[in-house]
Amino acid sequence: MREGPFVEGLRCRECGRTYPAEALHVCEWCFGPLEVVYDYEAIASTVSRERIAAGPKTIWRYADLLPASAHGAVDLGAGLTPLLRADRLGAELGLSELWLKNDTVNPTGSFKDRVVSVALTRARELGFKVAACASTGNLANSVAAHAARAGMRSVVCIPANLETAKIVTTAVFGGLVVALTGNYDDVNRLCAELASEHPTWAFVNVNVRSYYAEGSKTLAFEVAEQLGWRAPDHVVVPIASGCQLTKVAKGFRELYKVGLLDGEPHVRISGAQAAGCSPVADAFESGADIIRPVKPTGIAKSLAIGNPADGGYALDEVRRSGGAVAAVTDSEIVDGIRLLARTEGVFAETAGGVTIAVLAKLVRAGVVKPKERVVAFITGNGLKTLDAVAADCGPTVTVSPDLDSFQAAVNVTDWQ
Amino acid sequence: MSVKVRIPTQLRSLSGGAGEVEVEGGTVGEALKALDVAHPGFTERLFDENGNVRRFVNVFLGEEDIRFLEGLGTPVPAGALISVVPAVAGGS
Ligand SMILES: Cc1ncc(COP(=O)(O)O)c(C=O)c1O
Ligand SMILES: [Zn+2]
Repeated sequence: MREGPFVEGLRCRECGRTYPAEALHVCEWCFGPLEVVYDYEAIASTVSRERIAAGPKTIWRYADLLPASAHGAVDLGAGLTPLLRADRLGAELGLSELWLKNDTVNPTGSFKDRVVSVALTRARELGFKVAACASTGNLANSVAAHAARAGMRSVVCIPANLETAKIVTTAVFGGLVVALTGNYDDVNRLCAELASEHPTWAFVNVNVRSYYAEGSKTLAFEVAEQLGWRAPDHVVVPIASGCQLTKVAKGFRELYKVGLLDGEPHVRISGAQAAGCSPVADAFESGADIIRPVKPTGIAKSLAIGNPADGGYALDEVRRSGGAVAAVTDSEIVDGIRLLARTEGVFAETAGGVTIAVLAKLVRAGVVKPKERVVAFITGNGLKTLDAVAADCGPTVTVSPDLDSFQAAVNVTDWQ
Repeated sequence: MSVKVRIPTQLRSLSGGAGEVEVEGGTVGEALKALDVAHPGFTERLFDENGNVRRFVNVFLGEEDIRFLEGLGTPVPAGALISVVPAVAGGS
């Protein structure tokens, strides 16, 4: 049995030029993004449902389909999060088989732990000692934590207006946290420049992005495995850069390619954005092929990328699969967070509110069908964005601690 | 019509190191064609087989992406500045 990754190299998604599997992310010929190329035949002859089941209870059980080796992985235990059957929420929305992929319970509370674990594992293999990123918040948490775990230094660049919780939960890990007076797109542009100034830093979403991106495939792998090696009919995925959605689609295709699914999956893929930053939803709506950058506003800061690098690819995946991209307002996002919490006991950050509110909207629009097996990706934890719901979620009443006051104030005598 | 084209670092080997090249052209497309005549090699780097600007190459007239103007047919006033800017790959 062959050990280690089945990586052949990197290939430009646009022009097909090939490159070695190093810290490269852009094609020097046409500036297209580089993608990891695998030897799928070798994977198919190695991988099996049993081999996966016997693996670790983390994303590393799928190491055969990842671009880094499970041995010596930078690992806090990301992945294999619960897939929860959501009958109460399904009933409210009019869906007969709804599932929630609960990525709020990852080590630092978001799906970013998947991508960062892969990125830093590969970065360490390539000899990097410093981890860096541009972040809308969740990535910052995860890079700082995984770098600490790996004994690497970290440099995390964030927009200065980020939620306090996301700053505290990054800074606690002791790396450099640089707050920049601009929006995420400004931060990202600076990091692209920094990446050429500091070639010895592994910017997870710049020079090692090709590896980082692959981590999101594990969402598709886990969903299929947890459904008994069946693909769902429809998934709803939040979109910031569009990377996650694109890789979820790729993940389902790969499972079939290496023989882990019996039939070719036909997963409809829908995308979720906030109205305060909806460049992909706008392009979908207007039928455009190109995405017009926007200046983000609103409460869904983790999704506030106005110029999404993989927006065009995400749009292609959605259109090709027969899904849709929709956007929802801040008040719909808050309602989505509360609906999810009230019906299923899962507390999501604003990105999860976006996903649930968009799911509700797409059911109403007839895009998501009542009888489909639907999976909603809940990608971040609600404790990170308390401000979003703080105004609506306080004590029901405040009374003095005696029986009479309680009985007078709390009139729920029919609760048995 | 004389216009300036700003060349990104990654493509300056084609322009003999120059960061800005002055060319003649009435539209963005004409100006970029003239750029390839003056410094052969630009066309294959900037355009795909169908003659469209490559997906990860952005062309700006002043501050505006030409995709949101009239594309390569966008008229250029004399003295205008056309910038070729590779997309910032990355993010999230
Ligand atoms: C919680 C959460 N969900 C979803 C996303 C979107 O991911 P992508 O940028 O890959 O589209 C992000 C991005 O930061 C996020 O933080
Ligand atoms: Zn290329």
